[in-house]
Formats: sequence, structure tokens, C-alpha cells
Amino acid sequence: MTMIEAIRDAMDVMMARDEKVVVFGEDVGYFGGVFRCTAGLQQKYGRTRCFDTPISESGIVGTAIGMATYGLRPCVEIQFADYMYPAYDQIVSEAARLRYRSNGEFTCPLVIRMPTGGGIFGGQTHSQSPEALFTHVAGLKTVVPSNPYDAKGLLIAAIEDPDPVIFLEPKRLYNGPFDGHHDRPIIPWSKHELGDVPSGHFTLPLGKASVVRTGSAVTVLAYGTMVYVAQAAAAESGIDAEIIDLRTLIPLDLETIVASVRKTGRCVVVHEATLTSGYGAELAALVQESCFFHLEAPITRVTGWDTPYPHAQEWDYFPGPARVGRALVEAVEA
Amino acid sequence: MSEPEPLSLHVPEPAVRPGGSPDFSNVKIPRAGAVPRPEVDVDPEAIRELAFSIIRVLNRNGEAVGPWAGLLSDEELIEGMRHMMTLRAFDARMLIAQRQGKTSFYMQHLGEEAISCAFRRALSPGDMNFPTYRQAGLLIAGGYSMVDMMCQVYSNSRDPLKGRQLPVMYASKEHGFFTISGNLATQYVQAVGWAMASAISKDTKIAAAWIGDGSTAESDFHAALVFASTYKAPVVLNIVNNQWAISTFQGIARGGSGTFAARGLGFGIPSLRVDGNDYLAVYAVAKWAVERARRNLGPTLIEYVTYRVGAHSTSDDPSAYRPKAESDAWPLGDPVIRLKNHLIVKGVWSEERHKQAEAEILDTVIAAQKEAESYGTLHAGGKPSARDMFDGVYAEMPPHLRRQRQQAGV
Repeated sequence: MTMIEAIRDAMDVMMARDEKVVVFGEDVGYFGGVFRCTAGLQQKYGRTRCFDTPISESGIVGTAIGMATYGLRPCVEIQFADYMYPAYDQIVSEAARLRYRSNGEFTCPLVIRMPTGGGIFGGQTHSQSPEALFTHVAGLKTVVPSNPYDAKGLLIAAIEDPDPVIFLEPKRLYNGPFDGHHDRPIIPWSKHELGDVPSGHFTLPLGKASVVRTGSAVTVLAYGTMVYVAQAAAAESGIDAEIIDLRTLIPLDLETIVASVRKTGRCVVVHEATLTSGYGAELAALVQESCFFHLEAPITRVTGWDTPYPHAQEWDYFPGPARVGRALVEAVEA
Repeated sequence: MSEPEPLSLHVPEPAVRPGGSPDFSNVKIPRAGAVPRPEVDVDPEAIRELAFSIIRVLNRNGEAVGPWAGLLSDEELIEGMRHMMTLRAFDARMLIAQRQGKTSFYMQHLGEEAISCAFRRALSPGDMNFPTYRQAGLLIAGGYSMVDMMCQVYSNSRDPLKGRQLPVMYASKEHGFFTISGNLATQYVQAVGWAMASAISKDTKIAAAWIGDGSTAESDFHAALVFASTYKAPVVLNIVNNQWAISTFQGIARGGSGTFAARGLGFGIPSLRVDGNDYLAVYAVAKWAVERARRNLGPTLIEYVTYRVGAHSTSDDPSAYRPKAESDAWPLGDPVIRLKNHLIVKGVWSEERHKQAEAEILDTVIAAQKEAESYGTLHAGGKPSARDMFDGVYAEMPPHLRRQRQQAGV
């Protein structure tokens, strides 16, 4: 199963189980989404459960909030994470705070899915990684799956969650794991063990990281596409890195991170998003607060540069295996 | 061809500013009873002129006239009168309390009481309002506890919202009153979504969206109209045009459009303008729109033409931006006095009974205030615990908040 199919399957499973689950967004209904994540759902569940919307992200999220407070469980799509800014007020001022400000009178069980990240020559409007804009907001949960198995289990958990969840789907992983080598063909998910996704209902808990490579030299904290870039970097640099796929940014599985860094004594944080005030800054701060006396080297970050996401220079911008590999070597040699 | 003249920018200004004589000659007031009452399933195209007129029931003599009259009994009207008087007394007491330092902030309804009080009467249990901060009449007329409201205003130990929200941002699911954001226009589109959910669920409940004249300029207002129009959501889209958005006159948000109600026409939404200071007219139009929604005929847009007699909030002084006597010159009068005159004309009320009712209501409000203050005020007496601050961010407290609560030592 590809990640697209896994995401669709998660919605399919939930729409079949719970008639309160509704799915909508731009091009989501009849056509099934520009990435095909909702293909077939309208035919199967009808136009009132899966439908097209006007091109208005604040309208999509605003109506979804109203529906969630009514008692439905909307799972809406923002066509690209880059398009979510018109909905940001609805997300930050409304969805995230309803439970708190009304002391539980009103709650907002809502999932907002959006393709995130670069690597598809999408330029600045189809490549951004805005996760830190969500993790900074009290009241939101932020999830970034890195494979079909996780995507399905986490999306079902997100739909069942009583609070708003931002579900960021690394679009470079939709069809196969991408290790940052853009000049090599990707391995399709059908040939990858994590493409083997059980049918039916299962969940993965929000707030539980996964150690995807055990190692003793340095801990790498990554999520989404960077999980595979980090794996390639470890293989190519020969550094025995322990790679943690965070899977959920908020809530964060700090326990797993701390256990690993206390073991390795070194930590490199990797993300596609820009460096300054990125989620990596939060991770670095948390690691030094919790592991200072175990650290043998400065915590470093390998990230996108602090520029808008460029078009022609995409592969100079994107943190690839070479850059990450150098950071691993530096961390170990420091 | 000659060279074009240099361009110039048009920046609208109100007719009068402080120091000038109030002038409402631009507010065209049709006589009461003049506007027809169409069937609720009317073709929106056939009633376009209703977006430019003003539906009125009470005339200058205090009589209820025309096709929108005759919907409420004497008892219901007297009850409506009491609701408005209660809201006015409540506001007066809370304003004083704010000046006494018992709370940080307050917003009153003076002059706009008829709108939320009469609208509430048109709704059924289970319907949901998405109000702004100037519709507390929905709670008062709905029988919500004044003590609870005051406890919220005081952020005290009995505050139903545990001190988390600015005063007057009430929330009560049971009373069909959605949690007020304080951000403008965001809830307009949520109301449409709530109404869509009711239709998706094959329910019979409807939603009511609320917004002020100034906030119609927000993009969420337009998103709400397009979604309401596209999906024929069972929602009443209310615009309270009280002429002033803090210091900005309504012409800045209205632009070149003749009226705010006219905004609905481009979306094919039946759009009506009503005298917001006429309890009977507000009720009649609300009932019409609620019936449309309930019968799955889709949304209705209503512009209430009214005037904000008081300041925007306790944080501004209107004499700095509009003539002091402007409210006296407002051509639609005062909603309480107009209903009072109507009841007197009908022979079911008198000046004496009015004074008596005023005194009774004030006693009730003062008693509620005493009780509320016994649970504390913002800076004195009981207040929500600092520990409460960490609850309710999520259904289940995540580890990072647990750590922070521990650090805070609460």
C-alpha cells in the first residue's frame, strides 16, 4: 500500500465505522483530491459525507470547526500545507482554544490533513514545512507520519482523538521512501516492509516515537522525509547513528529521546523547515535541559536554510544525505 | 487623446465628527408597515428590494402596523419588555462594577437590547447561536443564570469558565450560546458549519451567526456567505449594524454598497433589513428567517439597523470620535421606550407599572450581583486556582504540560 492508499484506507475505515466522520476540501469529492487521497470516498459514502468545497481555506476549517462542535468528526484536507495561512486564524484562535476557553462546554475533534514538505520541484507554494507554526500553538496536536503503516494508524488515532490534530503528510513519501538522492529512482512502497499495511481498524498512539535504527554513536531526531535521509546519511557516512522517527511532534515522546541521548551522548536534529525558531530549536532545548550532563558534543541542527523555499535550487536547499552525514561525522568527532 | 488627470484616493468620512450637529439625513426610514411580508419560500430574486428598505412594525404613535405585525401576545410582549429592561439593568450594574475595579473590562448593549432579546424568542431548544460580545440578551431572554454571567464577568471562584476568558465572553451549550471568541468574524463561518452538520445529520436544529457592521469586512464573513449559499445551510446570518466599529463609521466597512444586507444578494441569499430598535419587527423577521432555515429553504441574511448608544467597551470614549448628542438624534429611537409606548397604547402597561418593573428588576439584578460578589471579584475574594490554568488545554493533559504545572508549583 502506498502512503496515499494508507491515508485513504484510514478515512475509509473510519467513515464506515462512524457516520459522524465527514471528509471535505478543495477537489476532494468527485475527483478524489489532487493527490488522490480521497479517491472513491464520495462514491462510497455519498455527497454529504465527502464533498468539494469553495477555494477558501478559512471556510473549510471554519465550517469544520462548527461541525466538530456540533458533534461530527470532520477530517478535512488543505490541498497543500502552503495554503493553510488563510485558515491559520481559525486554527490558532478557534480550534485550538475552544475546549480551554469554554471550560469544556464546546470541544473540537477535528483533523486537518495537509501535504507538507519539498522535493517535488513545487517552488515556494507547494514545498513548505510549517510544522513549527502548529507546535507553537497550545491546544493543537501535530503529527508527521513517515510511512504507510504509521500514516494509517496515526490518522485513525487522530480522527478518534477528542482534540484538533494537524496531520502533515510528507508528499515526497506518498509513493515511496525518499532518501534524498533525487537522481536515483525511489523504491515503491509495494517493495518496502512498511508498505505492508493491515486492513481494517488499528491505531498508533499519538505521542509515541519510533526508533528506526539503533546505534551507539549519535542520536538523530527526525520526522517525515528526513527519517530516510538520516538513514541514508548513517549508511553512507558509516556512523553508527540511532535514528528516532518522532512521528508526533506534540505530544512529544521525550522519554524515548532522552533515553537515546543519554546512551549516545550526542544529538543531531534534522528537519526540512527553516532553521530559525524551527521545531529543531525546541528539540535542542529539551535535549540539553534533560541530558546536559550526558552530552559530549554540542547539539547541532541540519535544516532547510532561512530562505523562502526556492525552485531551481531545491537540491541545494533540501537537507540531503551528504549534509546530514557531515553533521553526524562532526558530532562524533567533536 | 489628452493626458489623464492624476488619480485621487477616496477615503469615506462620516457626515459629522465631534463638534458638529448630528445628521442622519442619509438614513432613509420608510414608514412602519410599508414593507411587504413575502412567503418564506419566495424566490430571493423577487425580494431584492428588502435589502434596501427597513422592515418596521411600531409606528410613531406606538401602534403595531403592517404585514409583519400581530405575532406576539400581550404577555409575550411584556415578557420581552422585562428581558430588555433586565439586560439594561445588568449592563448598568456591571459597568459600575468595572469602574469600581471589580473586573477588567465590560461591554454594554445600550440601544441594541431588542435585537438579541427578540431574536432569542424565535429560536427553539437545541438551536445554536454563534454570538458576538453584544448579544447577551440571548442568555437573559433564554433564562440563563445572571449569577453565572456575573461570575464570568468577575472571573471569580464560581466562574463557569474558570477565569480563562475575558469578561462577557460567555459560553453555554445548554442555552444555545457558543463560546465567544473575541476575534471578529471567525464564528460566522463556524455557524454555517454547525448548520451544515445539522443538515448532514438529518437533524432539525438550526444555527444563528452574528457579526457587527465593521467585521463584515473580514474574509471569514465572505467565506461564510459562500458556504451558506453553496450548501443552502440552515442558518440565519445576522448583521448588527450599530453604525460604529469602535471609532470607525459603518461607511468604511460598507464601501460602495448601499447597505450591508445587499452583500447577500450576490450570493442569492434572501436579504432583509429591519429596524433593530423595534422589538416586534426584529421578532417577526427573525421568525421568518428561522422558519426558512427550519424548512430547509436555506440561509437568510438580516441587517439590523440600530445605534450603539454607549462606548464600544469600557476602553474607549466615543466623544473623541462622534458628536455627543448623536444618539439622541438617532431616528429609530430607543427600543425600550418604543415597546413601552406600544404597551401603553395597547392599554396593558403604564408609566407607573414601568417604574415599578424597573425597581423590581433592579432589585433582582442587585441580588444576583451580591451573590456573585460573595464568590469573589477579579482582584478580591475567591478566584479560580492557578492549577485550573493548566487544565482543559487538551482532553488529557500531555506530559509537557504536566511538567510545566509541576514547575509552576501549583
